[in-house]
Amino acid sequence: MTSNETRVRTLPVTDLSLVVMIGASGSGKSTFARKHFKPTEVISSDFCRGLVADDENDQSASRDAFDVLHYIAGKRLAAGRRTVVDATNVQQESRKQLIELARKYDVLPIAIVLDVPEEVCAERNSSRTDRADMPRRVIQRHTRELRRSLRHLEREGFRKVHILRGVEEIESAGVRTEKRFNDLTHLTGPFDIIGDIHGCASELESLLGKLGYVDGAHPEGRTAVFVGDLVDRGPDTPGVLRRVMSMVASGDALCVPGNHENKYGRYLKGRKVQHTHGLAETIEQMEDESEEFKQRVREFVDGLVSHYVLDGGRLVVCHAGLPEKYHGRTSGRVRSHALYGETTGETDEFGLPVRYPWAEDYRGRAAVVYGHTPVPEATWLNNTICLDTGAVFGGKLTALRWPERELVDVPAERVWYEPVKPLASEAPGGHEGRPLDLADVHGRRVVETRHAGRVSVREENAAAALEVMSRFAVDPRLMPYLPPTMAPTATSRVEGYLEHPAEAFEQYRADGVERVVCEEKHMGSRAVALVCRDAEVAHERFGAGGGVSGSLYTRTGRPFFTESISGSAAGTAVTEEILGRLRSAVTEAGLWEELETDWVLLDAELLPWSLKASGLLRSQYAAVGAAAGAVFPGAVAALEGAAARGVDVADLLAKQRERAVDAASFTDAYRRYCWTTTGLDGVRLAPFQILAVQGRSLAGVPHDEQLTLIDRLVAGDPTGLLQTTRRLFVDTGDPASVRSGVDWWLEMTGRGGEGMVVKPVQAVVRSAEGRLVQPGIKCRGREYLRIIYGPEYTRPENLDRLRGRFLNHKRSLALREYALGLEALDRLAEGEPLWRVHEAVFGVLALESEPVDPRL
Amino acid sequence: MFLTISTTGTAERPATDLGFLLHKHPDKAQAFSTSYGKAHVLYPEASAERCTAALLLEVDAVALVRRGKGKGRGGAPDAALAQYVNDRPYAASSLLAVALSSVFSSAMKGTCQAKPDLPARPLPLRVEVPALPARGGAELVHKLFEPLGWTVTAAPVALDTEFPEWGDSRYVSLVLDGEQRLADALRHLYVLLPVLDDAKHYWVATDEVDKLLRAGEGWLSEHPEQKLITSRYLSRRWSLTRQAMERLELVRLAEADDSEVEEIDNAVDEQTDTEEKPVPLAVQRRDAIVAALKAADAARVLDLGCGQGQLVQELLRDPRFTEIVGVDVSMRALTIASRRLKLERMGERQAERVKLVQGSLAYTDKRLKGYDAAVLCEVIEHLDLPRLPALEYAVFGSARPRTVIVTTPNVEYNVRWETLPAGHVRHGDHRFEWTREQFRAWAGEVAERHGYGVQFVPVGPDDPEVGPPTQMAVFTATATTTAQRAKEEKAA
Repeated sequence: MTSNETRVRTLPVTDLSLVVMIGASGSGKSTFARKHFKPTEVISSDFCRGLVADDENDQSASRDAFDVLHYIAGKRLAAGRRTVVDATNVQQESRKQLIELARKYDVLPIAIVLDVPEEVCAERNSSRTDRADMPRRVIQRHTRELRRSLRHLEREGFRKVHILRGVEEIESAGVRTEKRFNDLTHLTGPFDIIGDIHGCASELESLLGKLGYVDGAHPEGRTAVFVGDLVDRGPDTPGVLRRVMSMVASGDALCVPGNHENKYGRYLKGRKVQHTHGLAETIEQMEDESEEFKQRVREFVDGLVSHYVLDGGRLVVCHAGLPEKYHGRTSGRVRSHALYGETTGETDEFGLPVRYPWAEDYRGRAAVVYGHTPVPEATWLNNTICLDTGAVFGGKLTALRWPERELVDVPAERVWYEPVKPLASEAPGGHEGRPLDLADVHGRRVVETRHAGRVSVREENAAAALEVMSRFAVDPRLMPYLPPTMAPTATSRVEGYLEHPAEAFEQYRADGVERVVCEEKHMGSRAVALVCRDAEVAHERFGAGGGVSGSLYTRTGRPFFTESISGSAAGTAVTEEILGRLRSAVTEAGLWEELETDWVLLDAELLPWSLKASGLLRSQYAAVGAAAGAVFPGAVAALEGAAARGVDVADLLAKQRERAVDAASFTDAYRRYCWTTTGLDGVRLAPFQILAVQGRSLAGVPHDEQLTLIDRLVAGDPTGLLQTTRRLFVDTGDPASVRSGVDWWLEMTGRGGEGMVVKPVQAVVRSAEGRLVQPGIKCRGREYLRIIYGPEYTRPENLDRLRGRFLNHKRSLALREYALGLEALDRLAEGEPLWRVHEAVFGVLALESEPVDPRL
Repeated sequence: MFLTISTTGTAERPATDLGFLLHKHPDKAQAFSTSYGKAHVLYPEASAERCTAALLLEVDAVALVRRGKGKGRGGAPDAALAQYVNDRPYAASSLLAVALSSVFSSAMKGTCQAKPDLPARPLPLRVEVPALPARGGAELVHKLFEPLGWTVTAAPVALDTEFPEWGDSRYVSLVLDGEQRLADALRHLYVLLPVLDDAKHYWVATDEVDKLLRAGEGWLSEHPEQKLITSRYLSRRWSLTRQAMERLELVRLAEADDSEVEEIDNAVDEQTDTEEKPVPLAVQRRDAIVAALKAADAARVLDLGCGQGQLVQELLRDPRFTEIVGVDVSMRALTIASRRLKLERMGERQAERVKLVQGSLAYTDKRLKGYDAAVLCEVIEHLDLPRLPALEYAVFGSARPRTVIVTTPNVEYNVRWETLPAGHVRHGDHRFEWTREQFRAWAGEVAERHGYGVQFVPVGPDDPEVGPPTQMAVFTATATTTAQRAKEEKAA
């Protein structure tokens, strides 16, 4: 029963695992656990009994006690902490529950068995007051059950089983904490992570060369990391394997397995697998290889670890992508996930399994670099990037430099293998992974923004936006931005004015903004113009079809110039004409080269207002003018008649005359913003900001620099389409400068101008408390406001009442929309997929339908 | 807002009797408070030969807007709808009618204590309303006043003389001449001014029916336009309030873009009820669709772009359709569909068969996967052509029902519509209408790209020259997926 010679044993125990102590009562489990593990790592069933029943030996409380034990163990494992379960665990049923727990949290279940003679246990128990009266038969039963279990432990699912026999062996044994195979956090690279190769040996050599490798080694000591799918489909799988295996062997590379290696490995082991998806090509190419090589390949494939956690946990590399909860975990599920990814169980129109878009939900800290799903372009999404750019399908072979995060690629030499499914779908968004989905925009939503955190969109607002977006807007691919609403200046107390710039300057001064720019408001319609160098660029960068070279749309995404029914392309032609002139201006100003781009996104004002708002003008504004014009002559004449008869109507007559004058001023006010246009004759476009160019959002570029660029653009247009924006810079802390700003505004609005917008010169600014400062405040002219507040708003009794307006909601709305707009530009700049950009753009439109006083 | 009432007279029957009739002394200017501002009555002329009374209502536009207690958040429905820029201070609307009835209430009743025989006597009257909003134009003004014995002069008012191309406004300058009893004249105006304006400022309450009957006594029952007058006057209380509630978000989006809400809230066509009245081409279309669905043995059906739910209603009648999902992008259309189907009152078992959801075919939608059939009945022509590929992918690529039925107008047939001016589309929101060839080309490419077969079915009379009014394509999935292949292999 006792062994004669005592061996000193050291038990390897993985750093993240569920350690199950197994042994009869009195076998010394608690002592062992205490000796070799941290006290917090150990959870004992006795302790849990005590928790729920105030008595560590109350067997009737066992069920509840184990519930608690499992709960605590689950929490620890979920948090990635090794856990030791100190209970007898001699029954298979109790061990089964623990193995399930380990699987649930994707950690290794490890068994440590203490096999101690029954007498020793009995003796130990009897010396303990609390267990003294434990019947001998209990220990006998424990021992019997333990013996019966020993042979099955591995089959039950324990990945390591350590059996210690006898008191001496137990007492002399040690425990060594082992790292998981996938834990390479100590390696910091730098790395070059290489996407799916699929037997494209020649492209691999070109890419390695481009990355600076010389015969499989990098002179600067960089490490290549292969994301798997080295084999199948392509022309030279053996060549690829030879290169990768030798680099791995020499320590110049790491490699994780792809699903294709896995299948090939099964084939090599003699399992029955279908020779589909390019396996036939591999088998054929390997035929001429030596048995020795095949054997090495088998061992290589066999030894691949499902994924690696690298660079201090900042980087995870695996084949098919991995949610954060699986990082560094070890289970069959994790392996299968790393190799195959998660599917939804559906198949698409090409009969291929539909993949669950795990990356969309990913919020993890570590960057996940993977392959598996061919995409047209490698793009970052939520700190994940897919490097499979379909080299074997005629795409390209892509590598990511880490930590530089630079992409390096080489084009495929040819289409080596016909794809079942085209790399990109023609539907919007299809070029960046997947088309727009309703779930991106529908219902109540929260959009994460860099500048203002989470911005929520209410369901009813999203519903309204969905209708406008679907039925009236331009193609979402050509609408990467919608402009935010803008708050007016705080209500003025100056006699005769509802808005006055003094408050705007003061507001910025209070926010700590010293320099502001006043930009003339043009009283046209807000317009966003996406100008590409040509239709090909529009197609390549934005996926636009139909030969268009950009877009020109309103603040709710509607095209300015629509198709005049029955198929004629009049709208497109006018839009293209404008885009063409803008394009020439950009060329003339040399901005393509200077901004290193082949497209620009412009924020602008399109004039005249009557061009777009003619319906509103007629039904609302001109109608009021017409009614007033028709009624006053008669009314005034009647009063004059009565006055002539000696009836006392002097006050009433005076008042009606004033009202008639107000009404006439109203008509004058709107007429300033109307003129007749034919085709492009009479149309003006006043750009005031370049929002974004390829790879960059320019929303943060100071307005003085912006306006310099804009001036060059305007100067580059000889056709008279582009109009300059007059501006004045003001120091909010300098009374003289503020006065000049006020005077400028008075002079401009005195001549009937719409007013001005005051912006911080630094564009995106935060206050001392870290709040985002309003990006602009509008100060509308006294006459212009007649169109908003009615012809008679300037009457003192009306002004008094109108001053009771509430601005806070409008200001908050302006900031939220601004944050969403910035977010859209940032996502666009970083090359995020369309649905991510669209999510933010859609949010702006949805917020626009929030209930806020429309006159603000 | 302003109107005058004049009469002529002689020394024996002086025109100034008008003052007695109106209970307002011609030599005074009198002011009365009404709920929307001050009303003034004064006489620009008052002689035995000629006497004119003027009613001037000073409407307080700011108060009109502020009545809704929006507090900047625009909580009340009319805070978004109402505008400070409002024709109410100038045009003769229901506000003026209310003022008329309160200032001249005795005259309207036809009582005159000073000269009891006066009210019964017809007088030569002239009524001038310089700015009368008239929906239906001068023509309707004639139709409404002439049967009552008035000689009507209705001159349209130009929108803006500086922009003649804008045309006429909806106002007319109205002059009525006739021998009428004053009380009748006032009651005519009391009813017909708001009827012509067709936009009441207050919720119509049930007592409005009584008011209408009282004011219309003796003339309304014989009036040829009785129906229009009644329905406009009572302006359907339920629809007024409902509209205000439903359209709000869209109203704001329209306002944000300086456009009229009608431009973007046109998914539901009030005038035509999306149903061609004369013969039921719509009925034939539905019959054809139902027949095709039956032939395809479809039980679970999507009606994509269900509009007001006519097809859903039809499908519900046949128990073979076990699950019917109506999808539309317009919340208003869905609300109307829900009302049409009486979803709230439907039995549980029946209600389980039908679902109405907001969705958009510009996006893929997981909820639409796995159905037997999808119907796109008169839907594609409401999309801008450049956005059609998105719909194509959402339906044929993503949702992938076994059968897809698409109907769309055949533009060639338009020459056969007598009422349709040449070169016009059948519906204001149609972004395109296709010939048979264009439709077939599109359908053929779609079928090819997504693994469907396609057949074409004429709907309506198939004209030998221009074809049928509606063309229908029935797509049937042909491509077997790998999963299906695997299943078949296993079976074999």
